[in-house]
Amino acid sequence: MPSLIKDGAVASDDWCVLEKPEEGQAAAVAVPDQRVIVPLAVWQAQREPLQARRQTLGVWLGPEDSADQLGAEAGEFELLAVHFPTFMDGRGFSTARLLRERYAFNGELRAIGHFIRDQLCYMRRCGFNAFSFAEPIDLQAALASLDDFTEYYQAGTDQPLPLFRRRA
Amino acid sequence: MYVYDDFDRQIIQQRVAQFRGQTQRYLAGELTDQEFLPLRLQNGLYIQRLAPMLRVNVPYGMLNSTQLRKLAHIARFYDKGYCHVSTRQNIQFNWPELAEVPNILAELAEVEMHATQSSGNCIRNITSDQFAGIAEDELVDPRPYCEIIRQWSSFHPEFAFLPRKFKIAVTGAEDSDRAATQVHDIGLQLRRSETGEIGFKVLVGGGLGRTPVIGSAIREFLPQAHLLSYLEAILRIYNQLGRRDNKYKARIKILVRAMGAEAFAEKVEAEWQQLKGGHSTLTDEEIERARHFFTLPDYEHLDGARTEAELQAQAAGSKAFSRWLQRNTRGHRQPGYAAVVLSLKPTGVAPGDVTEVQLDNIAELADTYSFGEVRTTHEQNIVLADVKKSALFALWQQAKAAGFATPNIGTLTDMICCPGGDFCSLANAKSIPVAEAIQRRFDDMDYLYDLGDIDLNISGCMNACGHHHVGHIGILGVDKKGEEFYQVQLGGNAGANTTLGRVLGPSFGREEMPAVIQKLLDVYVENRSDDEPFVDTYQRIGLEPFKERVYAKSH
Repeated sequence: MPSLIKDGAVASDDWCVLEKPEEGQAAAVAVPDQRVIVPLAVWQAQREPLQARRQTLGVWLGPEDSADQLGAEAGEFELLAVHFPTFMDGRGFSTARLLRERYAFNGELRAIGHFIRDQLCYMRRCGFNAFSFAEPIDLQAALASLDDFTEYYQAGTDQPLPLFRRRA
Repeated sequence: MYVYDDFDRQIIQQRVAQFRGQTQRYLAGELTDQEFLPLRLQNGLYIQRLAPMLRVNVPYGMLNSTQLRKLAHIARFYDKGYCHVSTRQNIQFNWPELAEVPNILAELAEVEMHATQSSGNCIRNITSDQFAGIAEDELVDPRPYCEIIRQWSSFHPEFAFLPRKFKIAVTGAEDSDRAATQVHDIGLQLRRSETGEIGFKVLVGGGLGRTPVIGSAIREFLPQAHLLSYLEAILRIYNQLGRRDNKYKARIKILVRAMGAEAFAEKVEAEWQQLKGGHSTLTDEEIERARHFFTLPDYEHLDGARTEAELQAQAAGSKAFSRWLQRNTRGHRQPGYAAVVLSLKPTGVAPGDVTEVQLDNIAELADTYSFGEVRTTHEQNIVLADVKKSALFALWQQAKAAGFATPNIGTLTDMICCPGGDFCSLANAKSIPVAEAIQRRFDDMDYLYDLGDIDLNISGCMNACGHHHVGHIGILGVDKKGEEFYQVQLGGNAGANTTLGRVLGPSFGREEMPAVIQKLLDVYVENRSDDEPFVDTYQRIGLEPFKERVYAKSH
């Protein structure tokens, strides 16, 4: 079984990710009957039939998708994921914060796609708690990067108070 | 000046440790070039034409003598004995070894300095007015706000992988703008409301580079408490919507232009309404805490009129001193004091370059004459901000011996110049040799004084680090089929009425440049009325007379 980093430890992963279908195919694509993370477009197109299986269904957002498209609905999922097409594309950092802070999502927020271990600390601060790397890397070694910083100037999802409100 | 506490120290030490680990992994082959690239950039490290270049932040241009001595040590120990003051008030080292950079960062951290986010697609060093806190036209000291923004933007988890670099400048002056806020991604101009409340006029989408744009005002008055939440809203909109498909169209100015400033402002407003009033709202205590680091030094109470009279008597006795006073000193709020500009533009030295011995000299001058502090300027000079007028003569003599007293501040030879093709791998053409050729041609001080204030700005490529668009005379290095040519622009202006220059015509070879400048100056001298400065004459008579003269067929 593939592994990922989750809640600060290496864990096994029993979710699969459904790739984004061709334009216009979102309604037709078959969603396998297992724990699956579907693209936002598939969720939007197949909301009716998928509604009943929230326990085994997650949704992933691409860089062009915005957290606003899920909106308050976000809170109803167990798992949401944000896809990074390349590690230089930072849009997913804002998406994650919005899901956590604006739409009160409390479940597993997973980064998928292309990012590097050196981004883990910032990603964690933006609300990600699970990291599934597209490239195979030494996950055990990568854990250390989660805590590159343990003190921060500005607010994040992990520390809602900026340092100036805590400096005494 | 700001002083670190345990929190600041812990954060900066964690940053050094992080980069040390990253450098080790890179050297061990565990990080690819592509992966290491943004990590090293966000620690100030470029790979240049000849060697790495390390850009060290000088937050809003402030340095103390301990830091200057540390920079001197770094130049001596890790580099070739000199460094460079950049056009964004930073310090650049041109010859460090990659493997030693973590050690350099550790040494900088010891004196409360860093290279965090001095390059890369993130929020860069916050720049400001080199005369902050002492300028006669200042409404509010911008430095406490610069420091608040520095802290907020440092290691900001959401905005470290923006579409492109992001520069913020803050000015607190009422009628002038020495921080070039109109050509920054965000320009903040301090204001007071009718009730006396402090806030900011907010400009976005200014910038030079390939597509020069003057920033648009998106908010006339932002109360200071909301500074961070409003910045966060702007950055979030940019992070989500800025173009990422083409690096030349990725700056916020392109987004603002594509959406229209009004539509952009509405987006920001909508986002801000969600963030406003949250924990990032600045407290009075925090503003006060930041402000208390920038209190007035321990000035002596002096008789302004008497010290001025004594100074004039000294000046009357020495023409050289009098010239230096006129060009290299500035007025001061405190009676009996002046600000002094040390010129880093003597002929024959790359503009802005300073040796390790000179750095130690500056530290000593600061300790002796100016409460141990200096400021770097975006014109690439050094300011001693608080010098007693009675000490100016002694200071001048010492500065002269150390090579800083070239009395050319504000003149043609006090040019802004990027490192250009001698160092920079982005450059299309060299800029330093052009600067030097012009300095050599125009070495007659009487002639320079007669010309008065002229901003000559030179960039080695369209990235415009030498701010050529806003020089009264701008020179841009261009590449034509592998050969270096130079385009001339006229009529640009930095400051409160920022204007972009117009291209004069076809470009010139390097050896032609001093003669071209001479012709431009001749047209000015022939057409000026009384004390009219160059840029005013240009505005009155337009581009044509200059163009005709420069491109006239020789007989």
